[in-house]
Amino acid sequence: MQLESMYQEIILDHYKNPHGRGLREPFEAEVHHVNPTCGDEVTLRIHVQGETIADVSYEGMGCSISQASISAMYDLVVGKTVPQALETGEHFMTLMQAKGDPSVAEKLEDELEDAVAFAGVSKYPARIKCALMSWMALKDASARALSGASATHPAAPTGGQS
Amino acid sequence: MTQTVSRPGAGAQQVPLPLDVEAIRADFPILTRTVRDGKRLVYLDSGATSQKPRQVLDAERWFYENVNAAPHRGAHQLAEEATGAYEEARAKIGAFIGAPENEIVFTRNTTEAINLVAYALSNAATAKEPEFRTYAVGQGDEIVVTEMEHHANLLPWQQLCERTGATLRWLGLTDDGRLDLSDLDTVVNERTKLVSVTQQSNILGTINPLGEIIARAHEVGALVMVDGAQSVPHQPIDVAELGADFLVFSGHKMLGPTGVGVLWGRYEVLDKLPPFLTGGSMIEVVRMEHSTFMPPPQRFEAGVPMTAQVIGLAAAVDYLQALGMDKVEAHELALTGYALAKLAEIPGVTVIGPPDTVARGGAISFTVEGIHPHDVGQVLDDSGIAVRVGHHCAWPVVRRYGVPATTRATFYVHTGYDDIDALADGIRTAQKFFGTV
Repeated sequence: MQLESMYQEIILDHYKNPHGRGLREPFEAEVHHVNPTCGDEVTLRIHVQGETIADVSYEGMGCSISQASISAMYDLVVGKTVPQALETGEHFMTLMQAKGDPSVAEKLEDELEDAVAFAGVSKYPARIKCALMSWMALKDASARALSGASATHPAAPTGGQS
Repeated sequence: MTQTVSRPGAGAQQVPLPLDVEAIRADFPILTRTVRDGKRLVYLDSGATSQKPRQVLDAERWFYENVNAAPHRGAHQLAEEATGAYEEARAKIGAFIGAPENEIVFTRNTTEAINLVAYALSNAATAKEPEFRTYAVGQGDEIVVTEMEHHANLLPWQQLCERTGATLRWLGLTDDGRLDLSDLDTVVNERTKLVSVTQQSNILGTINPLGEIIARAHEVGALVMVDGAQSVPHQPIDVAELGADFLVFSGHKMLGPTGVGVLWGRYEVLDKLPPFLTGGSMIEVVRMEHSTFMPPPQRFEAGVPMTAQVIGLAAAVDYLQALGMDKVEAHELALTGYALAKLAEIPGVTVIGPPDTVARGGAISFTVEGIHPHDVGQVLDDSGIAVRVGHHCAWPVVRRYGVPATTRATFYVHTGYDDIDALADGIRTAQKFFGTV
């Protein structure tokens, strides 16, 4: 069975007991992202103090991979500056493009902490976008927060079709 | 249509299947391959696209190796033979649904067939030829669909309404996965120009009572389109009996190749529709100032057609007719009854759609408590079982039933009880893996 390579214990833990879940105030930007292929959704708020991400709060529905990814992202980015968080997002993207190559995961282990457990997901092309949805939403929200745009924006597709 | 009832809870019983599953499987090369480290492929995703028997693949190869030429052009023997093969295929595919060949228009797929009509109806408003304005849609007119439609039978009509100022209305759904016809007479009224409805839901499996809807639509002078993408592959259909004005379906869901779909339309209706796509093949006389068009079906087939795919689809029709569409329908009905009973035995599994086999086809959507449909699909895939997950291009339906998505199993001629047993075992494996039982 190859399932364990995707559904690492850490992922299932984040899925069952998500960190930071719920929408909170204050926030400078709120975004709503959907994955049009499967209907997964996330509403994500970001609260920035200076350059630092003071809070990321969210509500979402979707598969274990998409929901666990938001939870692991929350742990990684709160307390970081926006540029640092976006850089971490780039590393996560690299991990998702690794097609399961263990050397990539090894290199990124320190940087990505729990999120390195998603390495197994990169072997399943159809699931990569599940893991990436939260990071796309964060990128979008931080850009809006920094540009001063606020309030709710219409759903932005993260990719895929149907 | 005779339907037998298999109530969940009665226990899953394996009645003898009308089709010889082992013999049929031998015709499908892809079913001999393995997936995910040597597992037998259990293909339960025919509703998305069907697998192809060797006879269909051979027909396409035969065409390319022996006849290939652009039909309806050229003075050479190959062009003559290609034209002959293409038109013979049209006649055969027409006969499959009881239609004369001049009422069969080839499109890329069901989606394009529906768009063809939707664009023809808006093009009608600005057509130079008075007869092409017969079915023009504009402000004050109404188009009716249902909440059950595949996006392919929703968006073209939404867009038509946005282009023309017409209003889109729809029939809702009942809690048990059927069309709510209580307001049929209000929703379909004197302003209705066209009603487009699916014969069988791709997500719920529901087979709709078309007779009542078509009668009401014709009473108020509206055209009726039937989306047959999920019905034509699975049951005998005769357009004369059906009584609609249009029927659309896809070749690739009925053992045929991708890239070919069919629009059937009553000739007198097609004859009054302006073209959707224009270009070569569909013209009568072309001048720099203005051109005139061929009669149907050529009017709607601009450009060199998907000839090899049409030949392949005709081979698929031969294959299905040799099995007998009555038997195909009975086969899937037996499988559906068995699958519903098997799923009912698993705690936490909820079928989204009619719970029994009354007016129901073999598309079974379900949820598993505590496990997202994508994760269910992933665990099934790990056992070699191919199902569809998500909203199945029918987002309003999953929203209506308050679920984020479903897992869907669909059946066809090569499906046997062993496939359904594998599905049931796979669901239990998912429940163990995610610790929900």
